[in-house]
Amino acid sequence: MKLTDATPLALRSLTANKMRSLLTILGIVIGIASVISMVALGRGAQRAIVTQIQGMGLNLVMVFPGATNTGGVQGSVGSQASLTVKDAEALVNSADAPSVAAVAPETRQFAQIVAGGVNTNSSVLGVTPEYQDVRLLDLAEGDFVTQQDVTARSMVVVLGSRVAETLFPDGNPVGQIVRIRERPFTVVGVLKSKGGQITGSVDDSVYIPLSTSQYRLQAQRRGSALSVGTIYVSAANSSSIQQTVEEVANVLRQEHRIVSDDDFTIRTQEEMMQTVSQVLAIFTLFLGAVASISLLVGGIGIMNIMLVSVTERTREIGLRKAVGAKKRDILIQFLIEAATLSAAGGAVGVFFAWLLTRAMTRIPMGNANINPQLSPDIIALGLITATAIGLFFGVYPAARAARMNPIDALRSE
Amino acid sequence: MVRQAHHERPGKKLLNDLKEIALADSVIELENITRVYQMGDIQVQALSGVSTLIKRGEMVAIMGPSGSGKSTLMNILGCLDTPTSGSYLFEGKEIGKFNDDQLAEVRNRKIGFIFQSFNLLRRTTAAANVELPLVYGNGRGRRERALKALERVGLAHRANHKPSELSGGEQQRVAIARALVNNPSLILADEPTGNLDSRSSNEIMDIFCQLNKKDGITLVLVTHERDVALFTQRIIFVKDGKVVNEEILKTGSEIR
Ligand SMILES: Nc1ncnc2c1ncn2[C@@H]1O[C@H](COP(=O)(O)OP(=O)(O)OP(=O)(O)O)[C@@H](O)[C@H]1O
Ligand SMILES: [Mg+2]
Repeated sequence: MKLTDATPLALRSLTANKMRSLLTILGIVIGIASVISMVALGRGAQRAIVTQIQGMGLNLVMVFPGATNTGGVQGSVGSQASLTVKDAEALVNSADAPSVAAVAPETRQFAQIVAGGVNTNSSVLGVTPEYQDVRLLDLAEGDFVTQQDVTARSMVVVLGSRVAETLFPDGNPVGQIVRIRERPFTVVGVLKSKGGQITGSVDDSVYIPLSTSQYRLQAQRRGSALSVGTIYVSAANSSSIQQTVEEVANVLRQEHRIVSDDDFTIRTQEEMMQTVSQVLAIFTLFLGAVASISLLVGGIGIMNIMLVSVTERTREIGLRKAVGAKKRDILIQFLIEAATLSAAGGAVGVFFAWLLTRAMTRIPMGNANINPQLSPDIIALGLITATAIGLFFGVYPAARAARMNPIDALRSE
Repeated sequence: MVRQAHHERPGKKLLNDLKEIALADSVIELENITRVYQMGDIQVQALSGVSTLIKRGEMVAIMGPSGSGKSTLMNILGCLDTPTSGSYLFEGKEIGKFNDDQLAEVRNRKIGFIFQSFNLLRRTTAAANVELPLVYGNGRGRRERALKALERVGLAHRANHKPSELSGGEQQRVAIARALVNNPSLILADEPTGNLDSRSSNEIMDIFCQLNKKDGITLVLVTHERDVALFTQRIIFVKDGKVVNEEILKTGSEIR
C-alpha cells in the first residue's frame, strides 16, 4: 500500500470517530503546547537576560564579598564585611592595577520612600559619581550624585525612572523632597529607564551619596572600615578583561592580607552570562521534562485508542489480508493512522502554544521584557515530536494488526 | 442456461478420464491434504487426507455436513491457510513452500473470495469496496476497473451507494465484483447464498455461471443447498475431513 492510499484512509477512519479522535489527541495537544511554549519562553528569557547583561557594559567586573561558592555568588558571611571603601580606594590608586579604568563601590539597603501621600519600597544605593559611568546610567533630567555631594554627605537623591513615576505621577520630581527612613532628601536627578537587570532593577532603585548612606542612614561603627556591598570595576579594555580580573584579585589579596582562600568573589559579565545560561538550561530541561510527561500520557492514549481501533476492525483487517494485503501493508496503514492522529494533536498544540506565547508578551514580567520566541524551528520540532510519538506508540497496535491470522480475523464478530 | 443434471454414480472409468483431462490443465491439485488444529492439548483433525483435482474452467460445488471441513478446505484452496501435511499445487506451484507475502500476492492476483456474510467495508461505497484488491496490487485506472467489474454484476448504477443502502443480494453482487476486479483465475465462494432468499440466490448463481462460461473462471463454492449445487458441473462430498463421494452433473464434453 502506498502513502497516497494510506493517508486518506487514515483521515477517513479518524474523522469517522471525531469525538474519540479529539479526546485521544488531547494529551498530545497539551504536551506539545506546553513543551513548545516552554522552549519559546526559555529562549525569550535567555535572550532578554543576555541583552540585559550586555547592557551592563562589556568591560564590567563585579566584586562581591564572600568566598567563591560552586553555587555561584554568595552574600557576605556573617557580620564580617569583607569589602570596604578602603578596598575601592586601593583599586583606584594601586600601581598594580593599571588596567582598572574606574571603580564604583556600592552599598545597598531596602527602605520605604515617601513623597507626600505616596510611598514605595525600593533599593537605596549608596554610590559615588563614578557609578554613573561604570554602570552606564543615563539621566532623564537633573544631575547624578557629585563628588561634592559625597564629600558633604549631602541629603540628595537620584531616582530610578519607575520610582519617579510612582512617587511623582504628575512629573517634575527634581527639586522636590522625598523621605527615606524619615529623613528628607532633595531629588536632584531622574534616570532613564533601563529595564530589569540581574543585579537588581535600575529603574526601581534610588541613588544617594555613598557617604550619606554610610554615615546618615546606616549606623556605622566608628573607627571600623566602612563596608560596601559590591565594588564595580570598569576595565580599561574589554578585550583584556581577564588581566583586569587578576589585577583586582591581587590588589584585594594584598589589602586583605590573604594567604589561602579569597574572601571575595570576582565575576565578569561573561561568567554571569554562562551561569545564567546554565541555570536557564536546567530550568528549561526541568519544565521540558514535566511537559514530556504529558506527551508520554498522550502517547499512551494514542496506543490505547489504536488498540481499540484494531480490535474493532479485526474483520476489516481479515478482509484486507484475504484480498492480498501483506503484513507490511497493514502495519503501514495503522502506523500512518497513529501518526496522523498524533500529528493533528501536534498541530493543534502548536496553535495553542502560539496563542499562549502571544498572550505572554502582553503580560509584564517584573521589569524584564521576556518575549517568547516561537520560531519555525521550534514549530517543526513540535510537529516532528508529535509525529514521532504517534509512530512510536503506534508500533505495538499496528504490529498486532499486521500479525493477525486472516481466517481468525474474518471469523471474529 | 443449461441445467442438465446427470444423477449417475461416478464410475471409476469416468473419474479416471476426468483426472487425465484435469492433469493436463489443473488449477487445483490436492494430494493427501491434512489440517490439524491445535487447541491447547486437544488436536482437532479438520481435514484428514483430501486428494482431488479441479480443472481450469470447472465449476465445482463442495457439500457436506456441518463441521466436515468444507471451510477449512476452502481456506487452504484460497491460500489463506496452509495444510499441516500433503501437497497443494495451485497452477502447478507448490503453495506449501510459499511465505506469507507470496501467499498474499497469490490471493491478490489469482484468487477472488466471496463470503457468506459479504464482508464489505461499511463506510465506503460499492465502488471503493470493489477497488480494495487493487489497492494492494500495482495497477492503474483503479476506479475504471472497479466500475467495469460492477457493470459485470449489473450494479454500475449503484457504484456510489454504501453497503447499508443495498439489499443482501446486491451486497453479494458487490462482493462478486470485488472478487473479479483483478481478473482472477479462481473464485472461491463459501456459502455465498447462505444469507439470501431463493430469488437472490438464483441471481447470484446466474452470475457465477456466466463468469464460468463466458470468462472461463474456475469456480469452487460451498453450499448446503442442493438447488444451488445443481448449477455446477460437479459436486464433491466431504465428510469428517475426507472426500467421500463425487457426483458429475455434466459430462466431460459439456465442460466446455
Ligand atoms: N480455528 C479453528 N480452531 C480449532 N478448530 C477449528 C478451527 N476451525 C475449524 N475448526 C474445526 O475444524 C472442523 C471443520 O470446520 P469447518 O469450519 O471447516 O467446517 P464446515 O464444514 O465449514 O462447517 P459449516 O458447514 O458449519 O460451515 C470443525 O470441527 C471445527 O470445529
Ligand atoms: Mg463452513
